[in-house]
Amino acid sequence: MRNGINKSTSAFIPDPSVIVLALVVGVVLLYGVVYPNLHVLTASLERDGSWSLSNYVEVLSERAVLEATLSSLWLSVLTVLFCALVGVPLAFLFERYEFPARRIFSILASLPLVLPPLVGTVAFIFLCGESGILARAFQHLFRLREAPWSLRGWTAMLLFHTYTMYPFFYVLAGAGLRRIDASLGEAARSLGASPLRVLFRVVLPQLTPSLLAAALLTFMTSMASFSAPLFFGGSVRVLTLEIFNARQRGDARLALTETVLLAVISLGALVFFQRYEGTRRFVAAAMKGAPRRRQPIRSGAARFAAAACGVLFTTLLALPVVTLLIVSFARTGSWTTQTLPSAYTIDNYARIFTEEDALSVLFNSLEMAGIAALLALVWSLCVASLVSRRRLRGRRIISLLVLVPWALPGTVVAVSIAEAYGQSNPMTGSFILVGTFWILPVIYFLRFMPLVVRSVQASLEQMDPALEEAAAGLGARPFRRFLRVRLPLIWPGALAGTLLAFVIALGEYVASVLVYVPRNRPVSIAIAAEMRDFNLGTAAAYGVLLIALIAVSMTIAARLER
Amino acid sequence: MGFLSLQNISKSYGATRAVADVSLEVEAGEFFGLLGPSGCGKTTTLRMVAGLEAPDDGKIELDGREITRLPADRRGFGMVFQSYALFPHLNVFENVAFGLRARRIEAGEVSRRVTEALSMVSLSGYERRGVDALSGGQQQRVAIARAISIEPHLLLFDEPLSNLDVALREETRTELRELVKRLKLTALYVTHDQEEAFALCDRISVMSEGRILQTGTPRELYEQPEEVRVARFLGRNNLIEAVRLSASHAEASMFRTTTGGHSLRVATQVGANLPLNKPCTLAIRPEHLQLYGKSEYEERAREGEAAENALPASISSVSFSGATTTIRLEAAGLSLEALVLQPDGFEPGASVTVRLPPERIIILK
Repeated sequence: MRNGINKSTSAFIPDPSVIVLALVVGVVLLYGVVYPNLHVLTASLERDGSWSLSNYVEVLSERAVLEATLSSLWLSVLTVLFCALVGVPLAFLFERYEFPARRIFSILASLPLVLPPLVGTVAFIFLCGESGILARAFQHLFRLREAPWSLRGWTAMLLFHTYTMYPFFYVLAGAGLRRIDASLGEAARSLGASPLRVLFRVVLPQLTPSLLAAALLTFMTSMASFSAPLFFGGSVRVLTLEIFNARQRGDARLALTETVLLAVISLGALVFFQRYEGTRRFVAAAMKGAPRRRQPIRSGAARFAAAACGVLFTTLLALPVVTLLIVSFARTGSWTTQTLPSAYTIDNYARIFTEEDALSVLFNSLEMAGIAALLALVWSLCVASLVSRRRLRGRRIISLLVLVPWALPGTVVAVSIAEAYGQSNPMTGSFILVGTFWILPVIYFLRFMPLVVRSVQASLEQMDPALEEAAAGLGARPFRRFLRVRLPLIWPGALAGTLLAFVIALGEYVASVLVYVPRNRPVSIAIAAEMRDFNLGTAAAYGVLLIALIAVSMTIAARLER
Repeated sequence: MGFLSLQNISKSYGATRAVADVSLEVEAGEFFGLLGPSGCGKTTTLRMVAGLEAPDDGKIELDGREITRLPADRRGFGMVFQSYALFPHLNVFENVAFGLRARRIEAGEVSRRVTEALSMVSLSGYERRGVDALSGGQQQRVAIARAISIEPHLLLFDEPLSNLDVALREETRTELRELVKRLKLTALYVTHDQEEAFALCDRISVMSEGRILQTGTPRELYEQPEEVRVARFLGRNNLIEAVRLSASHAEASMFRTTTGGHSLRVATQVGANLPLNKPCTLAIRPEHLQLYGKSEYEERAREGEAAENALPASISSVSFSGATTTIRLEAAGLSLEALVLQPDGFEPGASVTVRLPPERIIILK
């Protein structure tokens, strides 16, 4: 009775259904997470049929690889720094002060989170690139002969990373500030501490867990970043790009070894941050206090300044999207050296909706993201039911394995699935996914199901366990309890999580670019192709359509969660 | 053999023993209480009766039939939770109908029984309300209606009144007892509130650290606690460490207090076979102490009344709380607490005489 499933918890689901559930979850984790990653690891350790580290020795002795690894690390560290510098003060501004239109700005500030990285990259090129709107405006204003800058290299990547990733700090620091009991600060002030001392000795120490979580997310997202280095990395090499290039060249061994390197760094960061977080967790002894009230900004000048900052900030945030909208209506060839396109048309949209090939990519993405999201929904209900059973052996390992694809960069997930399912192998039960339609839905599912599992688990944790016990006491059998009590109560959270996974999968590029086939060409690949062919208007129109779909989905999700 | 019978039930969580060797018998139609401080195992015991936890050891029987491993949904017990556990996505009617629908009872009957259950808790007309729109007291009554709607063999209560404010709690507890008695139901009621348990229950088991210390009617427990923990937990008591000196009379024996060295005559029978010279604890309720001013006592002494067990004492504090006043006394190092109705003449620092009536002193194990 002690090993496996403890019979004494049978009050909720009878053992046979738990065993089936455990079996399904186990098989999916084995084939989706354990096997592909182990396969890549063993393949990278194999040389001419024997085990050796020679692949690593060889790869790491190449200057290019070492350089790429260091660049990736350095880029991520700098990104964390810049994002913190933007996001944390912003969180203080929005959480501590009250000024006109604060609510709208505070919502807008987290928007870059749902912008697909590829679409953001494209919008940035139109806005800040050397032939983008800002550069041309400068050039015309100061009558320069050439573009005043080029969007290349470190500055460009850091600028873009800061723009897309500061919301991690903004959102998490904001949530952390809301949780801090105002009376702690007041107590410190009454003991004679200056406001600055309160900030450094009381507020920031309590904010540390939030800041660490934000730093971790930013670091890992930056390590996994692919679109920005691809489009404006210039001569800077990063690991994700090197893996892509190696695969394009057909150098599987190099790609594999680099993939393991990237995976190890990402997982290492996860372990490092969680260790550190574990030692610095603050448990608010008695959380009965109230969050601090926002201070209204009273003086006229300050109010004006705050509002002006807000407007400026919102404009900065909205500019890339506005640019995308403008370019999507530009007639092909009408935007060369002018600041703004000279002629406008709806041809770009007309083309997408009339040409079968152009429209099919949209449907491909909708279909594949839909399949992946639905699978993730069903899957997360299974996993959450299993993991919520407190006395189940192995629930920690299940939770851990579920999170692994989320912690790994998209490049790593795509490479490991492609390598593990390139040919069928009856010995391991492996089958062919490469070259089929299903490879992308499977990868989308693996990459984004952790999001859904987390939101379902959060909903379950909020649910009073006495509800299901009451239902049992009233004579409802396990299936009835699931259908009539659990499902209705976690439905909003589960659906919101599913929609989030859906919109992120819609614009997925990093993994798609490695393994797509003509049959399942997603919209992100089409955008990149249109950019290459200088069909800027069509690329922008795709981007606008994606953003519109995302906006609709997120509005529905927000409604559901309320 | 009672209607509900727990035989040597034990339950551990890891290394902690939540319930250790608990046995009890509940008669049909009885309102039975489990009383004890938080963490004493009373809720775990209730949950094992409900089928929400399985005991590691022991047997649970209902009406002679073993139900130890029967799943909760097949026991047919109504349960009322501390958090009420009303389904937030269902209205009042659907909440009460939940158990009936699970039994596949036809619609007309469901509606008849829901109406009946709601009228019993005086909530007729609230059928279409959402449960969020109800006050705490109303939610509480919906939870009770839901539990009685299935005509349960046994009603289980897990501190159901602790989320209500004091006035409402007293009112609800009277109604609750009347309802259970009128429907001739058997109830098992868990609480940490002694007053609540006394007001509601026919019999009570006092629990501590996973064990039952004593079982009895409220009066038995109050007047004849068998051990220090029960005496301490149920109301206020003066606990006096003492050594037995002799058994001079058949119906009384002499003790000497450890502090103060006072001689006390104890007239109660319980514990009369206690060995000589062995330290033990005596208990006397504050309301049973008799307090006299100096002149008053001298007057009584002249009349030859009640000189035994009288100790000179000084008042260390007086705290007035309305109907009664608590007076703390110091009698040659022995601290005592007395409850009086008439506080006139008792001031801190005043010298008084306190008398411990021999028939009111209890010998504890």
